[in-house]
Amino acid sequence: MIRAQVLICGGTGCTSSGSKAIQQAFTEQIEIAGLAEEVKLVQTGCFGLCALGPVVIIYPDGTFYSRVTTDDVPEIVSEHLLKGRVVERLVYADTGEEKVDNVADVSLSDTAFYKAQHRVALRNCGVINPENIDEYIAMDGYQALGKVLTEMTPEEVIDVVLKSGLRGRGGAGFPTGRKWSMARTLVPDADQKYVCCNADEGDPGAFMDRSVLEGDPHAVLEAMAIAGYAIGANQGFIYVRAEYPIAVSRLKIAIQQAHEYGLLGKNIFGTGFDFDIELRLGAGAFVCGEETALMTSIEGKRGEPRPRPPFPAVKGLFGKPTILNNVETYANIPQIILKGADWFASMGTEKSKGTKVFALGGKIKHTGLVEVPMGTTLRQIVEEIGGGIPNGKKFKAAQTGGPSGGCIPAEHLDVPIDYDNLIAIGSMMGSGGLIVMDEDNCMVDIAKFFLEFTVDESCGKCTPCRVGTKRLLEMLTKITEGKGTMEDLDEMEQLCYYIKNNALCGLGQTAPNPVLSTLRYFRDEYVAHIVDKKCPAGVCKKLLTYKIDREKCIGCGMCARQCPASAISKTDYTAPGKKLPAMAIDPEKCVKCGACMSTCKFKAISKE
Amino acid sequence: MKSLAELAAIREKMKNRVVLREGQGDIRVVVGMATCGIAAGARPVLSAFVEGVANEGLSDKVTVTQTGCIGICQYEPVVEVFESGKEKVTYVKMTAEKAKEVIEKHLKGGSPVAEYTIGSNQ
Repeated sequence: MIRAQVLICGGTGCTSSGSKAIQQAFTEQIEIAGLAEEVKLVQTGCFGLCALGPVVIIYPDGTFYSRVTTDDVPEIVSEHLLKGRVVERLVYADTGEEKVDNVADVSLSDTAFYKAQHRVALRNCGVINPENIDEYIAMDGYQALGKVLTEMTPEEVIDVVLKSGLRGRGGAGFPTGRKWSMARTLVPDADQKYVCCNADEGDPGAFMDRSVLEGDPHAVLEAMAIAGYAIGANQGFIYVRAEYPIAVSRLKIAIQQAHEYGLLGKNIFGTGFDFDIELRLGAGAFVCGEETALMTSIEGKRGEPRPRPPFPAVKGLFGKPTILNNVETYANIPQIILKGADWFASMGTEKSKGTKVFALGGKIKHTGLVEVPMGTTLRQIVEEIGGGIPNGKKFKAAQTGGPSGGCIPAEHLDVPIDYDNLIAIGSMMGSGGLIVMDEDNCMVDIAKFFLEFTVDESCGKCTPCRVGTKRLLEMLTKITEGKGTMEDLDEMEQLCYYIKNNALCGLGQTAPNPVLSTLRYFRDEYVAHIVDKKCPAGVCKKLLTYKIDREKCIGCGMCARQCPASAISKTDYTAPGKKLPAMAIDPEKCVKCGACMSTCKFKAISKE
Repeated sequence: MKSLAELAAIREKMKNRVVLREGQGDIRVVVGMATCGIAAGARPVLSAFVEGVANEGLSDKVTVTQTGCIGICQYEPVVEVFESGKEKVTYVKMTAEKAKEVIEKHLKGGSPVAEYTIGSNQ
């Protein structure tokens, strides 16, 4: 009889910090303690608190252990599992309150990180074993598919999705129900239709789709089968990036298990409905996340976008009517079918319903995945859930939407986040990457970083994107090197609008957003680079000079030893009260790495 | 799988195994499992509670868990039952047989088994 379960995170984050070895250690220690009959090990998907990995949760009490090492395992087994004493030093106890009196009661759901969250798409991630279809079924899995096949017409399914107000979670926010309805009705005599899943998650910093695939792959399979029934398709394709090996292997296992149970394949639930799903691996091109490029890539051709219309709902994969939805969009579908459109529509704002998963990263205490109702403010996400900015620094901006999005400054921290509000303040939802930046981040440099990304990833098919982004990057580089002029700013802005209006696909049309939004909110930083030849955040190397204050320098020579360019040497000057002559940096040789500054114990070195 | 009934059967079978991970039940049965408790025979008591709760279909509202020594070693095995809004009940010198009775009368029936409580054993 099982009396306790040990859940070990098997997501990508925790796997890379060693959760496999911890699982092995638990297996051994539980065996040694003779508890194999009563304690069950479960490998789960991501819990969301990736920065604290590897994480282990022990139920029924729900004790949450963070940063566990293999050395800790014997203690957890002998203390917690055998004797029932919580190993307090390993408990993650940030409940947002000053002190926790009863550590044993601190479970993950009590932490500030989790309290404000509302998990719909992520509901099973970190709860079930993603490689065991039975556990998914225990959590009402495949009930929604059963319901639509036996009780609902395809039109009713589409109607529920429409009424729920669900919009595409890939970034653009197109109403999912409308997409399905178009694919069902626009080409009435189609002999074949397809259901595709976009799992080519490419935005730097976004990893919610990976987490869903790793933690709850069956939810996506079930939703795709529901979509197939709704639009009249019997074949699905999941386009997943090859850089997600764990997600790919769990998807394969899930598809196989669903086949064994007859939940995919022929005559599902004896209703005569057939549906099958195949995987296609992407080769790492960002543009293949764009819908037409993705389909071209599935067809086995070079992944390049094509002009729309015709839209995929009319002429998509292999020329047939096709729907393409994002992983997170699908993850919401079974819940919407089971709990109803009204339940889903009761969450969120007027035009954006439900919840959204964000991948929190950058200068934030709790890096990880959070799912909150639409309309939650950025301040709540950053300060309450994310735990604020580390090291007492000041919030400067949050970047949403990756290379297609923009930066949101502190003045807009209280804007409720939804699709329309984000666009109104010059950013966009995107797939949900949320990178927090503090006063040490240079906004010109950030814009340059994202432009470098789009220049790399532009497929080259259309001129505005291929040449335009390259020119834009050159101008930005000029500014970060202190060679820009005020005229460049105007030209840059013009070029941005030109690219937006003329690029072929979403990649090019949104590529200038990082530049436009930083120009809008942080123009003074651009001006500082151009007019004062200074980088206020101290990031742009070409504009920095490192200096040694000869009055403070004791001449110990530590900095000189650290300097990789041998740019530091002794001077003739000895400050009053010091025994050795002061050091000085030769600006010609200095590579501005900052090694001297971080070495100096006397704070004699500064940069400006 | 050819019918919804089969799906429901798997769901029912598996529900007990994952229910541990869902929110906490209204009632918490805590078994003292420190060295003193284990030496006095707390392990079969714990097993009896875990099994009994699962078999009686009480998993949704009762959580069985363990704790360390609460300081009354001479009365081990000690089992405490917490229920929101009610006073805690402390059972002492428990055995697997007594556990079955507690499940039947207290957890299912709602009235504590007075003769096994600490009050009747001092």
